[in-house]
Amino acid sequence: MSPHLEHDYIGLSEVSSAAAGAGAGEGLKETELRLGLPGSESPERNEKVGVTLELLPKGFVSGAKRGFADAIDGSGKWVFSTGAGSEKEVGKKGGVAYGEHLGGGGGKEAAGQEKKAQAAKGSENDGAVAPAAKAQVVGWPPIRSYRKNTMAVNPLKNKEDGEAKQGPGCLYVKVSMDGAPYLRKVDLKTYKNYKDLSSSLEKMFSGFTIGQYGSHGIPNRDGLSESRLMDLLNGSEYVLTYEDKDGDWMLVGDVPWEMFTDSCRRLRIMKGSDAIGLAPRAMEKCKNRN
Amino acid sequence: MPPHPEWTAAMFPDEVWEHVFSFLPSDADRNVAAASCHAWLRIERRSRRRVFVGNCYAVAPAVAVARFPEARAVEVKGKPHFADFDLVPGDWGGGADEWVAAMAEGWPQLEELRFKRMVVSDDCLEVIARSFRNFRVLGLAFCEGFSTAGLAAVAANCRNLRVLDLQENVIEDNCSHWLSHFPESFTSLVHLNIACLPGEVNVPVLERLVSRCTNLKTLKLNHAVPLEKLVILLRKAPQLVDLGTGRFSGEHHLDLYSKLESAFTGYKSLKSLSGTWEAVPAYLPAVYSVCEGLTSLNLSYATTQNPELIKLVSRCKSLQRLWVMDFIEDDGLAAVASSCKLLQELRVFPSDPYGPQPVSLTERGLVAISAGCPMLHSVLYFCNQMTNAALIAIALNRPNLTRFRLCIIEPQTPDYLTLQPLDAGFSAIVESCKDLRRLSVSGLLTDRVFKSIGAYADRLEMLSVAFAGDSDAGLHYILSGCKSLRKLEIRDCPFGDKPLLANAAKLETMRSLWMSSCSLTLGACKLLARKMPRLNVEIIDERRGASWDSRPDDCPVEKLYVYRTVAGPRSDTPSCVWTV
Repeated sequence: MSPHLEHDYIGLSEVSSAAAGAGAGEGLKETELRLGLPGSESPERNEKVGVTLELLPKGFVSGAKRGFADAIDGSGKWVFSTGAGSEKEVGKKGGVAYGEHLGGGGGKEAAGQEKKAQAAKGSENDGAVAPAAKAQVVGWPPIRSYRKNTMAVNPLKNKEDGEAKQGPGCLYVKVSMDGAPYLRKVDLKTYKNYKDLSSSLEKMFSGFTIGQYGSHGIPNRDGLSESRLMDLLNGSEYVLTYEDKDGDWMLVGDVPWEMFTDSCRRLRIMKGSDAIGLAPRAMEKCKNRN
Repeated sequence: MPPHPEWTAAMFPDEVWEHVFSFLPSDADRNVAAASCHAWLRIERRSRRRVFVGNCYAVAPAVAVARFPEARAVEVKGKPHFADFDLVPGDWGGGADEWVAAMAEGWPQLEELRFKRMVVSDDCLEVIARSFRNFRVLGLAFCEGFSTAGLAAVAANCRNLRVLDLQENVIEDNCSHWLSHFPESFTSLVHLNIACLPGEVNVPVLERLVSRCTNLKTLKLNHAVPLEKLVILLRKAPQLVDLGTGRFSGEHHLDLYSKLESAFTGYKSLKSLSGTWEAVPAYLPAVYSVCEGLTSLNLSYATTQNPELIKLVSRCKSLQRLWVMDFIEDDGLAAVASSCKLLQELRVFPSDPYGPQPVSLTERGLVAISAGCPMLHSVLYFCNQMTNAALIAIALNRPNLTRFRLCIIEPQTPDYLTLQPLDAGFSAIVESCKDLRRLSVSGLLTDRVFKSIGAYADRLEMLSVAFAGDSDAGLHYILSGCKSLRKLEIRDCPFGDKPLLANAAKLETMRSLWMSSCSLTLGACKLLARKMPRLNVEIIDERRGASWDSRPDDCPVEKLYVYRTVAGPRSDTPSCVWTV
C-alpha cells in the first residue's frame, strides 16, 4: 500500500507540466478528460487546469487558484501562482469564484464576500489557519438543524478568560433577599470568584440580617455584620441561589465562575426554611469549591 | 449441468421455497433470486415480509404494494441526505400521503412502518391509526408535517402498539394531552421515544402509562421532564434497558440527589443512556452505578464538560457506542481509549462550530482512539485541524473501519503541519480499510484523493464530498471507480458536465446523486435525461424564475438531484423543481 502511495507522490512531484497528469500510465486519458472540449469551459477554468495536478514543492498549496487569502502572510508560507489578489480567486471555491461564473447564487456570493472580509482579517493572524470569526456558509459545517436548535438553548462554556469575553463591559443583576424591603444590584464583572461575590453580598445585606435576627430575639453584636451573614450563609439559614438563562433557580457555587456569570440573570438570598434544601453532597461540594 | 430453475421450482411446493428464501440475508439477495425465473419471482414476492424503499420516488407506492402483497414491515426514505443541512427547499417533496394510502389499501396486515426524512401529515397518522389491525411499530425519523394531534390518533387507535419511536422530528404541539389518548387498557408499549417533542409532557399521565406497560424497555423523555419527575418515572420502570433522561436538571430538593442515586442503583438492566443534559456536576455521580453496564452513551446534547465528563465516561468500561461533544477534548479521548476497549462507534460533535476555537479537540484524540480501541469501526468526527500523518496512523491502526466521516470545520483546511492537501491521509484510509462503506471527506483535497477513492474503495456505498477537488477528473475518478457506490453527494466542487455525461450509465447503478454549487449546465442535464430515461434528473432552483424550457443550454445549474426510478417523473414537483 504505502509503496504505491509513495510512487504516486514521487511520480507527481517530478511532473513539471500539468499535461502529464496524475500518474505514470494514465496521463493521456486524464489529459483528455481534464482539458475537455475547447471552448466549452470558461477561460478561468483552463487557467486552473494548468495548475491542477501539479504537485508543488513543499510549502506551497496545490490548487493555489482557490485563493485561500487568509493564509497570505509575510512568511510566504502559502503562495498563489495565479491571480492572488483578484476578486475572482479569493474566497471559497464554491462561492465568489464559481458564483460569478455561474452568474447567480446571490446568497452564496454573499457568503463568499463575507469569507473574503474575514479572511482578510485572518491574514493578520500570522498565517493562522482559521480566522477569528467564521462566515456562515449555508449547510456547513454539516450539523442538523435539530442539533443546532437544541444546543442554542443550552448555555455553552466560554473557556477564554475574562478579557477575551464578548459582551458588554458590565453585568448588573438584581439581588433580592427574603424579607428585605428592597432589592440591590451588583455588577458580576467586578468579581473574580464566588468568594468576592459572597463577601460583597454580606456587606450589602448585613443591615437586614441583623434586623431579622434581632426580631427573633437573638442579641445583636453591634457593628459586626460580615461574619454574621457568612455564618448564616454557611449555616444554611440562608441559601444563595440564582436564576439562570432558562429561568431555573440554581444553587450558587456548582459551576465554574465563568459559567455562572454567563448564565446568571438574578440572585436571590433565600431563607433556609423556604428553600426546599440541598442534597448533602451537593452542599459539600459547594462549600469545598468556595 | 445444474437443472433449470423452472424445473427445480416445480419440484417443491411454494411453501418450501418460501422457507428457503427466508434464509436469504438481504433484499439484494432476494432480488437476485426473484430475477432468475418467473416461478422464483412469484414465490419470492409473495413471501417477502420486509420491504425497504430507499427512495420514495424510485417506485410508485401502488406498484410496490402490489408487488409484495404479504409485507408486514416497511421502511421508506424520502428527502436527500443534504436536506438535513438546509440545502433542499422545504417544499421539495417526500410526502407520505400516497404511500400511506396505498398501504392502507393493499397491506391491511401491516405491522411495522418507518419513515425517514419524509413529510408526514396528521391525516397520514390518522389513516395509519385506523387501517392496520395489527399495527405494532411506528418509527418516524427526521420527518415533519405532523403534530401531537396526529399522535393522539395513533395513541387512541393502535391497540397493540409496541414501538413509538420519534427521532429528531419537527413536531407541532397542539394537543399537549395526547398521551392521555392511550386507553387505560393499553399495556403493550415496549419502546417510547418522545425526546424531540417540543412541548410539555403530562407527567402523571406518563407515569400511569409507564406503570401499566410492564414490558417497557426504552423510554426517552423530552426536555420538559425535570429531575424530580424523572426520579418518579425511574421508580416506575426499573426494567428499562434504554433511558433518555431529558434535561437532567431542575429545582433543588432536599434529598433529590440521594433519590436520584438510589433510583439509578436499582437499574440492573440499563444498557443505553442519553439526554440533553444541562447537568450540574454535582448530580452526575448519581449515575455512576449504571456506568459499568452501559453499552451506549449519548451525551452529544449535553453541556457536561471535563473533568466531570471524563470521570463519567471512563467508568463505562463496556461502552460500544459513544456520542459526545468536543468538550471531551483530546485528554478525554485518551481516557476513553484506555478505558473503553469494546468501543465500536464514536461520534464527536462541535459545541461551538461558528465561534472561535477554544476547545482542545484535535487529531490527537482520534489517533488515540484508533490506537486504543481495536473494535472501532464507525467514526464521525468534527474538528478544526488534521494532518496526513494522523490519518495515515488511523488507517494503519484501524483497517476495520466501515464508516469514516471526518469534518474539518473550516473548508479547505490543509495539513496544519506540512500545509499539504490531505490527499495522502484519505488515500491511506481507503487503501487500508477494505470494508469501508461510508466516507465523508473534508479539508484541502485535490483530484488525487479521488483517484485513490475510485481505485481502492471497492465496498464504498456512500460518499460525501464538499469544497474539494480541482477539476472534472475528480468526479470522473469517483464515477468510473467505486464499484459499490450507491449514494454520492457533492457540494461546492469544481466538477462539471463532462464526467457526468461520460459516466451516465453508472448513475443507473446508484440510488442517487446530489450535486450543488458545482459547474453544471442545463445542456448537460438535458443530455443526461435524454440518454437515461430511467433516471429522474431534477434541477432545483430556489429562485423559481423563468421556465427552464426557455433557458439556454449554458445556463448554470445550481442544484441537481438525479435518481434511478421505475416510476417515471414524479407528479408532485413544486415550483422549485424541474424534472428534465
